[in-house]
Amino acid sequence: MAVLEELREAVLTGDKDRAVEVTRLGLETSIDPQALIDDAMIPAMDEVGRRFEEEEYFVPELLLSARAMKAALELIRPLLADTGASSRGCIVIGTVKGDLHDIGKNLVSAMFEGAGFEVVDLGSDVSPEAFVAAAREKSADLVGLSALLTVTMPSMKSTIEALEAAGLRDRVKVLVGGAPLSTDYAVEIKADAYAPNATAAVRAAQELVGGRAPCR
Amino acid sequence: MPLIEELMAGGPVLLDGAWGTELQARGLTLGEIPDYWNLGHPDRVEQVARAYVEAGSDIILTNTFRANAIALAGHADLSKLDQVNLAGVEISKRAAGARARVFASIGPSGKLLVNRQVDEASLRACFEQQAGALAKGGADAIVVETMTDLEEARFAIEAARATGLPVVACVAFDSGKKKDRTMMGATAEQVAEALTEAGADVVGANCGNGIEGYIPICARLASATDRPIWIKANAGLPTLQEGEVVYGTTPGEFVSHLGDLVDAGASFIGGCCGTSPAFIEALRARLDA
Repeated sequence: MAVLEELREAVLTGDKDRAVEVTRLGLETSIDPQALIDDAMIPAMDEVGRRFEEEEYFVPELLLSARAMKAALELIRPLLADTGASSRGCIVIGTVKGDLHDIGKNLVSAMFEGAGFEVVDLGSDVSPEAFVAAAREKSADLVGLSALLTVTMPSMKSTIEALEAAGLRDRVKVLVGGAPLSTDYAVEIKADAYAPNATAAVRAAQELVGGRAPCR
Repeated sequence: MPLIEELMAGGPVLLDGAWGTELQARGLTLGEIPDYWNLGHPDRVEQVARAYVEAGSDIILTNTFRANAIALAGHADLSKLDQVNLAGVEISKRAAGARARVFASIGPSGKLLVNRQVDEASLRACFEQQAGALAKGGADAIVVETMTDLEEARFAIEAARATGLPVVACVAFDSGKKKDRTMMGATAEQVAEALTEAGADVVGANCGNGIEGYIPICARLASATDRPIWIKANAGLPTLQEGEVVYGTTPGEFVSHLGDLVDAGASFIGGCCGTSPAFIEALRARLDA
């Protein structure tokens, strides 16, 4: 019990070294690796999300917690490989063509990894063709599109159209996010969901594609 | 008399408005780096600068917001960066003549220190390079703007101060339910204290909020520092209308909040996203009335 509580606390406070140490200790004392995830890390990240939405936490705290969770997960993953629970799905993410802003995208990417997804980050100023190629090659479950500039929002639409033209749209969900966006816009460009912030993005991804296979 | 006091002696000082949308109206396309138009289309950049001078700006900025080595790594020819910054100042100076001052713009790196996407040494080096080129071009002062992280802002302020020019530093308040925090969670009071301590001569805010939203933030900034306050607000918050992103505030509405913003302590006032020379013209008319 103490290990689970300590791991929860380490993730919640973004203490990466402690999270790794406690996880190692837990594994040595034969605690079920799945319990470390289900009973410590996930409740911790849920609480991080709650604090973020309540404005007790801001971006730095979110990033540190995601980093602690990711480091601890890396120790556990190999032990779960057989059960198929090592990944919650494959996400290809990037900032759309014409937009160089990647802080928001990087934050969402870190939160996805923290939540157990496998993430392929294509960077910023990513063309529709590059999204299509990566989604196909990695057999992605979800494509995450980010834009900060109002002028680059149309690039989201053209990326979704390119996924459709490539015949991928029926097996790839699309999640969009970024300061100038709204649910209305997501509906208009035929995205599956819009997330107003990083924790909402994780929730949306879990609802859309939770429990799928890792990237190819 | 030092420049900042000299400018403030005549009452509120009028800044410029948005540049990006003005450049787009002159043909800047998606994916083009606006700053590199300083070399490719200096005439069109000068048209924008001139439009603000003619609208009545006392201070205009420069088309150099993104011209730093970290923000543009992998996206532009970095060997031309110094030329881009030099040309940016020269263009604004040509447009300003004796009618306006040129405060050169430094924007954020776009990378975060907190998760080690970038380190302190590279941030310092990139801001030193840009500030050096802007000073060499003959800028009257340097504006460190749209910052989200106070630590990064401090490196930029220190690099700007090293040139010997006056330094303005402002951050974007765009987070939290009341939109009165920076992305990293800092409050107005924390921002004012940190920017003052880092040595900025003028502190303030730009982008992220409409002019109404910046009135209480301005008062809080002013309560936490003895430095003059700089506010460049957006024309409201963006909304979607028939698939187009629009900033809803009109020049008339923007100007209707001018008195309250001055009362809240703003000494340097202009516009950010969604504003245009028409907004500056309206502000000028009200200030001169």
